[in-house]
Amino acid sequence: MTAVRCVDLCKTYRQGDQDIKALDHVSIEIQQGGFVCLSAPSGGGKTTLLNAIGGLDIPDSGEVWIADQRIDEMSKGELADLRLASIGFVFQAYNLIPVLTAQENVEFVMQVQGIPAASRREKSLAILEEVGLKGLESRRPAEMSGGQQQRVAVARAIVSRPALVLADEPTANLDSKTSDELMALFTELNEHHNTTFVIATHDQRVMGYAKRLVRMLDGRIVDDIEQHAA
Amino acid sequence: MNIVLRLAWRNLWRHSKRTWLTIGAMVFSNVLLVFMISIQFGMYGLMIDNTLQVFTGHMQIQAPGYKDDQKMRQTVPDIVPLASKLREAFQTDTIAARGWAFGLASSEERSYGIGIFGVEPTFEPHVSSIPGLIKDGRYLRDNDATEIVLGAVLARNLRVTTGDELTLLGSGRDGSFAAAVLVVVGIFESGVADIDRNFAEMPLQSFQDIFYMDGAGHQVVISATTLDEAELLRPGIVAALPLDSDLVVHDWDTLLPGLKQAIQADMGSAFFMYGILVILVAFSVLNTQLMSVLERTHEFGIVMSLGLKPGRLGRLVMLETAMMGLIGFVLGAIAGALFTSWFTVNGLSIPGMEEMAANFNLPARVYPQVTPWTMVAGPLVVFLFTLLAALYPALRLHRLHPVEAMRAN
Repeated sequence: MTAVRCVDLCKTYRQGDQDIKALDHVSIEIQQGGFVCLSAPSGGGKTTLLNAIGGLDIPDSGEVWIADQRIDEMSKGELADLRLASIGFVFQAYNLIPVLTAQENVEFVMQVQGIPAASRREKSLAILEEVGLKGLESRRPAEMSGGQQQRVAVARAIVSRPALVLADEPTANLDSKTSDELMALFTELNEHHNTTFVIATHDQRVMGYAKRLVRMLDGRIVDDIEQHAA
Repeated sequence: MNIVLRLAWRNLWRHSKRTWLTIGAMVFSNVLLVFMISIQFGMYGLMIDNTLQVFTGHMQIQAPGYKDDQKMRQTVPDIVPLASKLREAFQTDTIAARGWAFGLASSEERSYGIGIFGVEPTFEPHVSSIPGLIKDGRYLRDNDATEIVLGAVLARNLRVTTGDELTLLGSGRDGSFAAAVLVVVGIFESGVADIDRNFAEMPLQSFQDIFYMDGAGHQVVISATTLDEAELLRPGIVAALPLDSDLVVHDWDTLLPGLKQAIQADMGSAFFMYGILVILVAFSVLNTQLMSVLERTHEFGIVMSLGLKPGRLGRLVMLETAMMGLIGFVLGAIAGALFTSWFTVNGLSIPGMEEMAANFNLPARVYPQVTPWTMVAGPLVVFLFTLLAALYPALRLHRLHPVEAMRAN
């Protein structure tokens, strides 16, 4: 089953008096349960592609499909609903809500989804334990290390068991040990829950975990290879 | 507590100094509003009560057209039995019959044109403050006595004192010549020059005899404890009038349109000033919430990418504002009531305003009245304008795109 399908995507940004082609006729299809790394140097188009897949950015032309839904023609509200129900995001800068505790950060999205309080609490405690943060539930982001914050961000992204997780440079601010732990967690989720992962990175260690490596350059896919994960 | 409520509450205290400054502006304006509105409405109450207590009462029964023309022949027939019937029906003494005429009062030395009331000596003290303002002599006693009480300035002008005689000349109800000799038994001093210079009172029965009233009078005055009570009383009074009569019941504001207009004019200018104060506070809130939204643009981008719709974010901003406004409302209303209560006990006098106050039948020292309404009205308006001010920052979030927002620092 296809989890993500992009057809002939183009996106151009205006920077000063120059047009930058962030996506140049990109087409890609990712199956459910895929573990894909998008690799490119800075400005290569990987974040733009990730944002287009997540419905955060609308391409100038082309089609984006998530499962059987075409999302590039959806309204803002429909896109928000789709992200809430089906997509988890992990960002380079963690992006936790600073005034909420780890548990509240994880519960926040579930509350928006309308999940009852008891169930929210149960799920958030379970997922925080799963990512190795048992005992740190009441800490606010400022009271945690970078690695711990990124684990909270991951817990927040996966607590509702989305079919698709999009991660933009998730290990950029982590040391190698924490990076390995995070990727091991992603791998486990991918294997046990059949969650599809699309990760934008230029971290070679992260690429080693991917089942499929897509290399981009100047907004185009230049290489797309299946590989044996680490 | 719900996470969204917790989030809103904690967001409020991210910049606690800024939040307290904004709340401080609300509290300050609320204290000022509670104080000013309490004084204002306390003064209006006093103005109305003191003015109505002199002659007008809260309502009057009159012949149709009398209010505008005041002709002798526009009368309420059998006025004493009517007043008596109403007193009995409403189990109150605060209803009294009166006649009213213009006449020429002459002493041995001088003559002056005066307005003279024929009053029921027993019941007039219940509807008018004049009987209680006698500074020399006594008030009227017998309904058929040929006696008169005068204002202090009039007595001085006529050069009479208690025990002296006055000749009263006028026109009777039927146009005939009316004349009588009356003994001055009392001199009143209301403090209002116009009243003390121009008015006199005599017993109603003597008045009816002198002016050939044939049992009629010109006004049945009805006093109530409060304006609200008067309003409740009115339908009963109307219903109690003789079925075959065309008598009318006038409220105080119809009888004294000038008083109502003075209050309305004062209210207009006061509310204009209050409006400016409220708008200044609203701009302070707008500034705070706009800054708060702008500095959280990146964070809003993140939560939008997680699936939150701009509408929910807007509601979060409104919730934060409502919480801030509620703190300002409660603290302002309580502080305002406590501050004003001190003046309720000790009073407030404004130097140089005594003469103007006297013109409106007001005492030189004003005592503001704190009521639930004066305590809440101003702060409630501030609260509503606070919410209104937050609408712009909240609606601005609808234009936010997650990617652009996340690029913001």
